[in-house]
Amino acid sequence: MTDFNRHPSCYRHWQLQIDGDVAHLRMNVDPAFPFKPGYELKLNSYDLGVDMELADSIQRLRFEHPEVKALVVGSGQERAFCAGANIWMLAESTHPFKVNFCKFTNETRLSLEDYSHNSGVKSLCAVNAACAGGGYELALACDEIHLVDDSNSAVSLPEVPLLAVLPGTGGLTRLVDKRKVRRDRADVFCTMAEGMRGKKAVAWGLVDAAWKKSQFADKVNARAKELAAQAPAKAQKGIVLEPIHAKVDGNAYKYEYVQCVVDADARKATLTIHAPQGPQPQDGAAYEQAGCRSWALQCWRELDDALLQLRFDHEEVGLIVLQTRGDRAAILQVEKDLFAHRSHWLVNEVLLHMARVLRRFDLMARSTYALVDGDACMAGAFLELTLACDRVYMLDDDKVQAVVGPLSAGLLPMSHGLTRLQNRFLAQPEHAAKLATAQPTLAAAEADEQGLCTYLLDPVDWEDDVRIALEERVSLSPDALTGMEASLRFGGAENCDSKIFGRLSAWQNWIFTRPNATGDEGALTRYGAPESAKFDWRRT
Amino acid sequence: MSTVDLESKIPNNVGLRENKRLTMALEKWQPKFLDWWKNVGPSDFNQNDIYLRTAVGVGQGGWAHYDYVKMPDYRWGIFLADGPADRKIHFGDMLGEAAWKEVPGEFRNRLRRLIVTQGDTEPASVEQQRLLGHCCPSLYDLRSLFQVNVEEGRHLWAMVYLLHTHFGGDGRDEADAMLERHSGDQDNPRILQAFNYPVTNWLDFFCFTAFMDRDGKYQLSSLAESSFDPLARTTQFMLAEEAYHLQTGENGVGRIVKRTGELMAQGQNLRNVGAIPLEVIQRYVNFWFTGSIDLFGGEDSTNAAESFANGLKGRYRESDGIYKDPKALNANYVLEVPTEDGKISKQEIPLRRAMNAVLLDAYIADCKRIVERWNRDLDKLGVKERISLPDRKFHRYQGVYAGFRFTPTGELIDEATWTKRHTEWLPTQADRDYVNSCMVKVTAPGKFANYIAPPQHGVNEKPIEFEYVRFH
Repeated sequence: MTDFNRHPSCYRHWQLQIDGDVAHLRMNVDPAFPFKPGYELKLNSYDLGVDMELADSIQRLRFEHPEVKALVVGSGQERAFCAGANIWMLAESTHPFKVNFCKFTNETRLSLEDYSHNSGVKSLCAVNAACAGGGYELALACDEIHLVDDSNSAVSLPEVPLLAVLPGTGGLTRLVDKRKVRRDRADVFCTMAEGMRGKKAVAWGLVDAAWKKSQFADKVNARAKELAAQAPAKAQKGIVLEPIHAKVDGNAYKYEYVQCVVDADARKATLTIHAPQGPQPQDGAAYEQAGCRSWALQCWRELDDALLQLRFDHEEVGLIVLQTRGDRAAILQVEKDLFAHRSHWLVNEVLLHMARVLRRFDLMARSTYALVDGDACMAGAFLELTLACDRVYMLDDDKVQAVVGPLSAGLLPMSHGLTRLQNRFLAQPEHAAKLATAQPTLAAAEADEQGLCTYLLDPVDWEDDVRIALEERVSLSPDALTGMEASLRFGGAENCDSKIFGRLSAWQNWIFTRPNATGDEGALTRYGAPESAKFDWRRT
Repeated sequence: MSTVDLESKIPNNVGLRENKRLTMALEKWQPKFLDWWKNVGPSDFNQNDIYLRTAVGVGQGGWAHYDYVKMPDYRWGIFLADGPADRKIHFGDMLGEAAWKEVPGEFRNRLRRLIVTQGDTEPASVEQQRLLGHCCPSLYDLRSLFQVNVEEGRHLWAMVYLLHTHFGGDGRDEADAMLERHSGDQDNPRILQAFNYPVTNWLDFFCFTAFMDRDGKYQLSSLAESSFDPLARTTQFMLAEEAYHLQTGENGVGRIVKRTGELMAQGQNLRNVGAIPLEVIQRYVNFWFTGSIDLFGGEDSTNAAESFANGLKGRYRESDGIYKDPKALNANYVLEVPTEDGKISKQEIPLRRAMNAVLLDAYIADCKRIVERWNRDLDKLGVKERISLPDRKFHRYQGVYAGFRFTPTGELIDEATWTKRHTEWLPTQADRDYVNSCMVKVTAPGKFANYIAPPQHGVNEKPIEFEYVRFH
């Protein structure tokens, strides 16, 4: 299994320094420690290992450092801010790994934006030197970009001219949708390998400010202090995030609340998730007391880890079968308390985390089927998880109930901003609103009537129909399914976040597999090789 | 043969008279250049008559004219070497195709970057050397300094001509920016680090011209092979002038070494007579030589591979046909690479990626030759000590050896050993203070400061005691 646990005390590539209410996160990649052997991480270029530390540090800032009110993302190296994703790593990686790497880094950057929008901590990117590709995409994920104006340091997205691929971490989308750079200027910028410097970068909206080298540190610090002063105070002391470990037992990952059993031959994994057991905190103070041990945090951190294991270590698993278990009343009580205390900083973070894990689930490039049988717990956030699946198979049984909880009305939004109820009932928005407000408890037949399951199966048919459904699904083309699912899961209008993932799965993944990028004579393959790339000039 | 127009405001052999748009652009840039020269060029000598060489043509013999001139009145011109009209690309992927008269769109940015990086070094060195006139060791040397300075200024003109002619508005912006960056300026420094180092005394200056200008020669040589014909012809002509700068450095350090040797042979205490001990000269050589090899870029460089593949930069003397394979494919280069466990391993990399290292090899061989020349003088004087060239791995900030510590003989050492011993190898503040204290200003014709021997010959067949600079 892949260990996603990281801790600032043993970061190899980042330095996290808390200076009063301002946090400084400095990238200082150790070239000698790539995630997999075979390449060097020169010039602050990054790979999965580097991004795991970044993801960890943002997570720790949220939970462990509520005193932080502004974040400065900078570099610990004088000559490079960040050169982006390591090209040798990309060139050597398998296609599934590349895509999952890009997806993970996207989620990390979105968590940084979520930290700004929903935790109130604005981030400022201090671009002290050359900032290319993924480096600039990281900058774009921050609220403000400050560039050193030394007539040398530039921001750039050189992917198209240098590598014949796209900036895969939201660069293109954020350029026009977030920073609202004019499209023709964005076009020029994205085909100019050397990028743009100083005042011109400011004039074109690529960065927010450019400062002379001698003023740079002072200006950045002063602005960070300003941002911190504008942010509300939350708390002085956070909780501690302990590592998450699964017990690996043969083909099973066993956590406290989550279990994931991989059936490699059948290309499926059964993901079982449990409702709270035992007493749970009832208010903010109790959550602080409980640290990372509360169900609302522990269970969802475990689910997060399990999803990542499936992505990175089980590429051939094409179908995730979701089973929910446990006491509906217990999960609903926890959610009632979370909802009531949602303005408390930690409760807010717990809810935001839950929402991010659900979004990670939405974005699995695997088919997802929920089996709602007599032992199922289709309530509250587990109902959300069920509705996140491509299909819901429900047993027509007295024990089966579906309960809409208080979080379904908007605290657990999907990437494109809709609730899962809104997304499900695009044709009947009033129906979605009614379910969210009334928070009904529905018997199986009612749930079917209300549109909460795909198939309501008679107990006589259950076993066979489910088996056939699963077998049929895993027999279909994985590529076609990925594209189809990504298209069907997110109905309605797009936003910046959903476009980032949509563009990634559609365009970038297509380009990554095209000969012009990764064929024997492709630009990515030949990057740094003696021969230049050769293109197939036909356009589609 | 191109026609040389010496009557224009800007002397040239590129037909400026027929190109009104370009003439206007360059005439707009000219006052900015003159302002720059007055503000950060040589300090205080602009009203003196200097016996200078001025380029007046590009033919094999007699391309230069010598006369007294005030530096601001120097005729900075634009000259391209003559070449065949139907030159073919002679290396890289486009081998055999016609050389480009115009910039191909796909290489525009890369070429502009190459030209800007080269061009930026020209005014940089003038800025670095601006105060040296005040402590010149002789009139002969003062003239040499100014000759180097005005010609670096002309090289800037050459690069600005290319930017204005072939790179549109971006090129004009870059040409302006070259006058806005300043050597050592904290906020707006010169692009390459070694061009921000201070040059405070004449040992610095001679080391600079011996090593950094020699680096310049090799960089220019690789551009002189370029498939972009105007760049190739511009740099070919620059090389003719550059040769003098290298001589100034090579002879200058040589004359200091020789003088030290003479005084040693006489049994003099060097520090009592204002001469510079060999060990101090050695440390200066170590510093400037290693700074100059950093300018070649990484030994293993994808950029270098691309520039070669695209025909933008060739190898040293590529057009002389001295390399077997003009495409440089299917061959490897063996590079010594330090490993984490403190060893050196030999690593094979594709030859194209090693183009910087290949150019560096030619450069180092050239440097070895000049050091041997200096040592021959010591030998003749019966002095046993020698100047040596440090290993290429020593004191590096760029390339595969950056981040590791090596001795001047190329042994990998740890940080503690480096901290303890680096003052044996690199100039210390005490060295700098001492060398600066030797810098006495000597301006009587034919007289020389005591730390430096007179040259073998004067300039342009004039005697050594000729009045090379007339003060008023």
